[in-house]
Amino acid sequence: MAALVVTLAAIMLSGVVAPLLLIGVAVLLPAAVAGVVRELSRIALLLSLPLAISVVLVNVFFFPAGETVLLRIGPIVATAEGLRFAVEILLRLAAISGAIVLFYLSTRPGDLVIDLEARGVSPRLAFVANASVQTVPTMVERAADIAAAQRARGLDSEGSPWARVRGLLPLVAPVVLGSIAEVEERTMALEARAFTRPGRRTLLWRPADSRGQAVARWLLVAALPLLIGLRAAGWLAWLG
Amino acid sequence: MLELDGITYRYAGAPRPSMHEVSLTLADGEVVGIVGASEAGKSTLCLVAAGLAPRTVGGSLSGRVLLDGHDAAPLAMHQLAERVGICFANPATQLSRVTATVYEEVAFGPMNLGLPRGEIIDRTGAALEALGVADLAEREPARLSGGQQQLVAVAGLLAMHPQHLVLDEPTAQLDPAGTQLVAEALARLAADGASILIAEQKTDLLAQICTRIVALEAGRIALEGAAADVLADERLTGLGVALPGSVRIRRLAEAASLGSPQRDKLATALATLDAPA
Repeated sequence: MAALVVTLAAIMLSGVVAPLLLIGVAVLLPAAVAGVVRELSRIALLLSLPLAISVVLVNVFFFPAGETVLLRIGPIVATAEGLRFAVEILLRLAAISGAIVLFYLSTRPGDLVIDLEARGVSPRLAFVANASVQTVPTMVERAADIAAAQRARGLDSEGSPWARVRGLLPLVAPVVLGSIAEVEERTMALEARAFTRPGRRTLLWRPADSRGQAVARWLLVAALPLLIGLRAAGWLAWLG
Repeated sequence: MLELDGITYRYAGAPRPSMHEVSLTLADGEVVGIVGASEAGKSTLCLVAAGLAPRTVGGSLSGRVLLDGHDAAPLAMHQLAERVGICFANPATQLSRVTATVYEEVAFGPMNLGLPRGEIIDRTGAALEALGVADLAEREPARLSGGQQQLVAVAGLLAMHPQHLVLDEPTAQLDPAGTQLVAEALARLAADGASILIAEQKTDLLAQICTRIVALEAGRIALEGAAADVLADERLTGLGVALPGSVRIRRLAEAASLGSPQRDKLATALATLDAPA
């Protein structure tokens, strides 16, 4: 819920101060409480880096309304207006990726599935939601195993960037095909454990949900229309 | 009773069937071992017996699979899962990956069956104890070794209390102690009346728990009979199957021309080795 609200808020809030406040209060503060600031920063940076690079290049050098020239390289001109806009977008991106990574780091997939099921979501749907989250670390582990096996057979995948790119190619097919082959056996194993049985499963437990957490959720839900209203009324302009 | 009646099965897109006219009956409480070289059809036989082929795997099947005398074809997969359990060789693909602890992983199947909480707790505890993994109950399944994961997978299967059990190389990743735990658990299940079909390379394990052995070659039954007879059959080696240690030692003793009293002593010792735990 918090990740969703932060993401929507980041989209709605413009300027520099508001997204900074959002990152500080809604991402870094809870991450510090959970003790995952370093891991969150690393993963969020890796996750948003490709998009961030393109945002900076496109906006700094090709901002249509740019007038104040900061730098000129032949026909390409970097403008102050473009830089400011790029910073605004980067802050929103940081808030969104930070919120998503915080959710990933602070929520056990099993807890999510059980809680979704307890709230009436179909076990199949909950399983798909969880499997999507779980696929990434599984594929990373598989890629590491295959890379080690390829290196043992003489593949040079370290050193120069070109060698690393070349080393990636023999990894792609075994990682993707291996994952697809595993899916079939995994499906059979799930079917053999009656996962496709219609009706509700018996749940042995539910994740703890304190009154404080419930109140925080409702406050977050209430904050969204409030933000939309303030933005529509132009009362958030002072944060820009 | 689990019965395969004239089964011929071809995988989708395969030029020829992987199984030809195979008929096999497992009485309640009977443990039947399947042996054969790679590609002999052991895994295919397991998939057919468990109802996964062609339901999930696809392909075409002729012949019938009968459960307690009734055709299994009209049953949905989840109905079949309540009666026939299957375990594969690769533990990594058998874990649900949605559970945080071994306890939840073993309880996953009974939870899917919608059983009462008390019964799930009883079954899960008993299965964990039977496979010697009760001390792993709070561990994360994904962080276990391959052998431990396999024991957890078998425990998850046992917790579903299927009447019929199909196991495709369930001890492939297990050390001797783990293999022995599986053997003991299967022997107990058979004693309680479950029929068990087990494809396995470890003939020592089969000698310990099986009443009957079926040897496959190119999708056909090449040898079938009482476990002691088939596992001592000269033709088994030609089918790509290693003879059990006890049979090899007995042959060595015969080749070394040991006297009758020594041979009898050795035979008694070997019988103790082969006896079900």
